[in-house]
Amino acid sequence: MKTNAVNLIEQEWILPGNRTCPGCALSLAYRHTLKALEGQCIVTVPASCATVLHGMYPITAVNVPCVNTPFASTGASATGLVAGLKALGRKGITVLAFAGDGGTHDIGIQSLSGAAERQYDFIYMCYDNEGYMNTGNQRSGSTPLGAVSGTTPVLGKQQYQKDMTAIMEAHGLPYVATCSASYPLDLYEKVKKARTIEGTRFIHVHTPCPPGWLFPFSDTIRMGEMAVETGLVVLYEIEDDIFRLTSASESLARKGGTLQPVREYFISQGRFKTITEEQIDELQNWVNTRWKHCLHRATNL
Amino acid sequence: MATQKKSNIHILDGNQAAAIAAKLSRVQVIAAYPITPQTPLTEQLSQYVEAGELQAEYVAVESEHSAMAVCTSASLVGARAFTATSSHGLAYMHEMLHWAAGARLPIVLACVNRAIGAPWNVLNDQQDSIAQRDTGWIQIYCRNNQEIMDSVIQAFRIAEIVHVPVMVCYDGYILSHTEMPVDIPDQAAVDRYLPAYQPHTVLDPSNPKNYNLVTLANPRVGVDGKLCHGYMELRYLLQEALQNSRETILQAGREFNEVFGRDYSDMFWEDREDAEITIVAMGSLAMEAIVAADMLREEGIRVGVLGLRVFRPFPKSDVVRALRKSKLIVVFDKNISYGSEGATCSEIKSALYGTYINASIRNFIVGLGGRDIKARELVDATKKAIASLKETVINPDYPEWICQI
Ligand SMILES: Cc1ncc(C[n+]2csc(CCOP(=O)(O)OP(=O)(O)O)c2C)c(N)n1
Ligand code: SF4
Ligand SMILES: [Mg+2]
Repeated sequence: MKTNAVNLIEQEWILPGNRTCPGCALSLAYRHTLKALEGQCIVTVPASCATVLHGMYPITAVNVPCVNTPFASTGASATGLVAGLKALGRKGITVLAFAGDGGTHDIGIQSLSGAAERQYDFIYMCYDNEGYMNTGNQRSGSTPLGAVSGTTPVLGKQQYQKDMTAIMEAHGLPYVATCSASYPLDLYEKVKKARTIEGTRFIHVHTPCPPGWLFPFSDTIRMGEMAVETGLVVLYEIEDDIFRLTSASESLARKGGTLQPVREYFISQGRFKTITEEQIDELQNWVNTRWKHCLHRATNL
Repeated sequence: MATQKKSNIHILDGNQAAAIAAKLSRVQVIAAYPITPQTPLTEQLSQYVEAGELQAEYVAVESEHSAMAVCTSASLVGARAFTATSSHGLAYMHEMLHWAAGARLPIVLACVNRAIGAPWNVLNDQQDSIAQRDTGWIQIYCRNNQEIMDSVIQAFRIAEIVHVPVMVCYDGYILSHTEMPVDIPDQAAVDRYLPAYQPHTVLDPSNPKNYNLVTLANPRVGVDGKLCHGYMELRYLLQEALQNSRETILQAGREFNEVFGRDYSDMFWEDREDAEITIVAMGSLAMEAIVAADMLREEGIRVGVLGLRVFRPFPKSDVVRALRKSKLIVVFDKNISYGSEGATCSEIKSALYGTYINASIRNFIVGLGGRDIKARELVDATKKAIASLKETVINPDYPEWICQI
């Protein structure tokens, strides 16, 4: 049976009153991830907004065991948890690495790539708020073209986002998926599925960030939806090399595959205030090409 | 504890001794990355695991930073963790060394001492481990391969009692690649000496705990109304643990003697006490210093040798006791704190300050990047130090270097 808002597990593993900003999508994504794992996990978290979510000693907002680990070390920390559990014969616990885009695409890519190549048995979830938000929004390898940030303050970012999910797919992983915090049930299903698979599983979650992207706190869900409707974010999963579009991306494809123009998305966020018409056109072309590729690849349409 | 009677002497190099010691210690997770001159140790451990001789997870990580991250996390789910590295590898681990000590995880690391670049140099000095002295690790230095074997086993014992990680340091090539007779302890005796690891925290969903959270400067009240430590208190406790670890180190050494018949009941090695001239050295250099001391005695100059075994915690009062009769202390350092002097020299000076010992101290920097150190050179340096006393007893600001400039 597919999960819906009614039959979704009620128990919570994130307690009310965590320290993320109002409208933070990361806490929404994390909440559904922990529900899908039913709390039967050990989490490793590097320096990031997720550290802030976890709280300040001696009070934590999270009701699962967790180790905070240095920024670059998430993949290795997950490896260590898995190796330790294995050495001690402790079974039935999922190891979850939960890291931001900076901790994944940039400083943590080495330890993640190493762990994935070794096929260690854990779920790695990258929540992507497209910048170094913990340190006040500087550019990351996942900041989009045209976005203003603390270190692209005048011109906006001049490069494209790094496609981390494709990089992880190239590691030959048994399960790779993309999600959006705006589609929590899709995320929930994917984590639930990933939980049953052995090996390194990589899940990317798009998590809009009101203060970093400069949109009203109340619009988080809408921002995530627009990203999917415009094709800037595509929801899919790849299980043993079989590519499937899921959730809203699947529906879009079934309804003829027409995307909303990306312009709508850019004008709704303050971070794109300096984006040029040429950049918008470039990005529209890029989105169209990728979407075509996804439609072509999808095995479930 | 019952003594292990029979000896079991094998000819081993230092890396083999360390590998066997890790195996005898029943390590459960090993994560290491190859670097000269540590590489044979890493290979040997993977060999044990693949051949089924050691029940452990061997993680062939992609970097030393990751090696230590694997160790810290494995330790937190309750596994006994071991790693080994040298030089650039240890430097690369620096952030994680702080993390391991800060999290109070009893990891043991074998540091095969090697010079650090630039320029590249794979040969021995002690700059690598000395540069990590402030990371909160206990540091033990070995003079020979038997001490490597024994120190690794003792290191787990110490680390798991005081909850501080231990670095066992030994000189690259001079020990790591040089064979000498080593008595291999018996597994049953090691099992008696080193009980199974009892972690202070085990991450487990049935008792969720959040480890290494952001911690404020000041103590903070928890949900149960209890006042919990601030960052400063946690740092104090680490310092206190190192300060108090002396007792545990000595106890571990005494008990080791009871079981294995080799005495580690002091923080240093002393050769001919009560001399008025004392040579101080650390690691294999302390052995060379004994040869130099013999040569000096033949010339009628009475010298003793103080071989530092434990560098962190620095055994101040023990060193004062050992140097009580000294009028001249000649310190040889295989490291340099640039702009100051050799690290052991600074420690000795600091230990003696304010005591009744009013010795002159001469510091020589030797053997960097594998520069050969002959006993003859130690003799000449010591004589030079003696002669300098005629000019002044005041300690020079900076060390002399035994090199060709
Ligand atoms: C080695 C190191 N360099 C820099 C930092 C500072 N730092 C902490 S969090 C962070 C950015 C995190 O970005 P990301 O991973 O995207 O997570 P987010 O904060 O956006 O949730 C940085 C740069 C650090 N903790 N460690
Ligand atoms: S800065 Fe963004 S990602 Fe970080 S807590 Fe706030 S809303 Fe969430
Ligand atoms: Mg981020």
